Amino acid sequence: MHRDIPDGPRPTDVYFFATCLVDLFCPEAGMDAITLLEREGIRVHFPESQTCCGQPAYTSGYAEQARAVARTQLDLFPQDWPVIVPSGSCAGMMRHHYPKLFAGDSVLQPRAEALAERVFELSEFLLRVLRVQWQDRGQPTTVALHTSCSARREMGTHEHARALLGQLSGVELVTQAHESECCGFGGTFSLKHPAISSAMAGDKADALKASGAETFLSADCGCMLNINHTLQKRKDAFQGKHLATFLLERTGRGEKR
Amino acid sequence: MTARHPLQFVPAEEFKARTRAATDDAHLRQSFRSAMDFLMAKRAAQFPDDSALQRQRETAEAIRRYSLARLPELLEQLERRLTANGVHVHWAENGDEANAIIIDIARRHSAKLMVKGKSMVSEETELNHAMEAAGIDALESDMGEYIVQLDGEKPSHIIMPAIHKTKQQIARLFAEKVPGVSYTESVDALIGIGRAVLREKFMQADIGLSGVNFAVAETGTLCLVENEGNGRMCTTVPRVHVAITGIEKVVEKLEHVPPLYGLLTRSATGQAITTYFNMISGPRKPDEQDGPEEVHLVLLDNNRSQAYADEQMRATLQCIRCGACMNHCPVYTRIGGHAYGTTYPGPIGEIISPHMMGLAATHALPTASSLCGACAEVCPVKIPIPDLLIRLRGEATHDAPAGRAPLLGQGAAKSRLMDAVWAGWAALYTRPALYRAFAWLATRFRALTPPVQSGWTASRTPLRPAPRSLREQLAERRRAHR
Repeated sequence: MHRDIPDGPRPTDVYFFATCLVDLFCPEAGMDAITLLEREGIRVHFPESQTCCGQPAYTSGYAEQARAVARTQLDLFPQDWPVIVPSGSCAGMMRHHYPKLFAGDSVLQPRAEALAERVFELSEFLLRVLRVQWQDRGQPTTVALHTSCSARREMGTHEHARALLGQLSGVELVTQAHESECCGFGGTFSLKHPAISSAMAGDKADALKASGAETFLSADCGCMLNINHTLQKRKDAFQGKHLATFLLERTGRGEKR
Repeated sequence: MTARHPLQFVPAEEFKARTRAATDDAHLRQSFRSAMDFLMAKRAAQFPDDSALQRQRETAEAIRRYSLARLPELLEQLERRLTANGVHVHWAENGDEANAIIIDIARRHSAKLMVKGKSMVSEETELNHAMEAAGIDALESDMGEYIVQLDGEKPSHIIMPAIHKTKQQIARLFAEKVPGVSYTESVDALIGIGRAVLREKFMQADIGLSGVNFAVAETGTLCLVENEGNGRMCTTVPRVHVAITGIEKVVEKLEHVPPLYGLLTRSATGQAITTYFNMISGPRKPDEQDGPEEVHLVLLDNNRSQAYADEQMRATLQCIRCGACMNHCPVYTRIGGHAYGTTYPGPIGEIISPHMMGLAATHALPTASSLCGACAEVCPVKIPIPDLLIRLRGEATHDAPAGRAPLLGQGAAKSRLMDAVWAGWAALYTRPALYRAFAWLATRFRALTPPVQSGWTASRTPLRPAPRSLREQLAERRRAHR
């Protein structure tokens, strides 16, 4: 799960793969992630032709359609720059599943493998490649962290996000009950099995609320939307935000360090 | 189709209705939640050193993969060794054949009563039902199995069959069904009641049945893991012992057993070792005082060979039936074991049942997972369960590729509508210009987002696109900086 990060010159340019959910439903999280990177002196390139990593079809058993969509993304990153994804789930798809999706294809498999090597989830890149050291500028607060299952199990995001939050002196991280348990989103699972998915989402919302945190953070828009919309349906004002948004708020939005 | 026996499992096509009923049952939810929390904590306490655990899992996986790679020859070696040891070996293609073999053995001995140690394979073949139809009593002697049998139920967990029942429910059941017993909630008293009943039955039984955890080919040894001692009673007291197991349980050497056994008990119940570990290598010898006069082994395929034939799906057969995947599954924790409608519930059930029962009856099961990966993370033999779930979702919704034999029930969930949905999805996301137009329209007409969105809005507010997509916001920012 944890890759070796080679010592080398700090990257000057990165690609940003926003993901389809961020583009349409959480653009502010994408903007905040880009600002975080730019504040570190990185030039962020947004390939205009990006759409979706292909995960919804892949996990639904429609490999051919997933391949077609993934194939389109393979062409987007011609320079040898890191590809930053503000989602552990989509980053996991590109890093771990693209090579499997193109297995046996003598042209595309090596390309998928080469791309996979360059894919970073946002918090992993900030912490392990840029080695950011931040000053907290906010008022004391408590937060809970919910990382998506693929972020946790495929990208180690729970550890990276925890370490970044640990740099913020005014932020107390509290742990909700059943912290590592899935929130019940699971892409098309939430549509196919609404009873089970709702039960899981409801329990997750309860646990996050019971943690006593003022807000909760997630590095995945899928989980965040699932939990937030569950809370909204209950007319509960408790809401989560994307990790990138929170990090930017705490360390000074729009300021050069 | 024959009429459904009350003890038989309900078909999986009603799966969704059962999941709804289960998730609405606060009592059941609470009881599975606390039981699974308990088991997860017990397991975690056994593996304080993660790197040691990962090394043990790699060893266990390697043993299982090695054994499966040589399965046909190991099975033949096992048969030769067991036969030389005086054990009768039988091969059963399916559950009915296995049951007929066992009934035939029972009839030859004019058996009236069979006592059973815990055997999920005998649940798979619906042996109790077949024995009843043949006029032979089959009595479960594992305490959990005894309880569910007494209540006309099936196990809801492969290791803890009565995990869905509360102490109070068991107290009521015993008071109602066991002659001369009054209501007590004392666990010790309840266990005492069961034990008193079963003691008598062990003495009376003509046949003892057991499962097998590991069958060792080189020595012809059947290993049986248990905690209650009922397994030893079933395999030593009656005149005849019949063991039944799936063909995948064979390993080559005795030295392959300890690494698997150590992970099995730690993963299952958080025990470093079980109270009993039985190694059975044949019937009573002329100079021995104890043990059965006759020992049989029934080796069941029941379409395991379908999984075996496929390089990827063969990993399904690595399973050593610890149940850790269900203990850690957020779906199993919400719906319990009965909702699945299969012998094997939870994640392992979702990937093995489609082979045993066919995809026509089970295609909903592989979809009942958020693919969170908790199962694969704890699996002691490293079965990549999420990958296999995705594979089965594909097999259920598509024809077999040219040149490959279809799976049982291949394509049972094929749907023109879903094919069209995914074709449309791919058309949109492979055409960036079309997607940009779509995103523009979706954000401009966000007020028209449907208020009811399939299953999503049952417990959530509707999803609504943002006023401007990220790419538009970036374009606006570029213009502003120009």
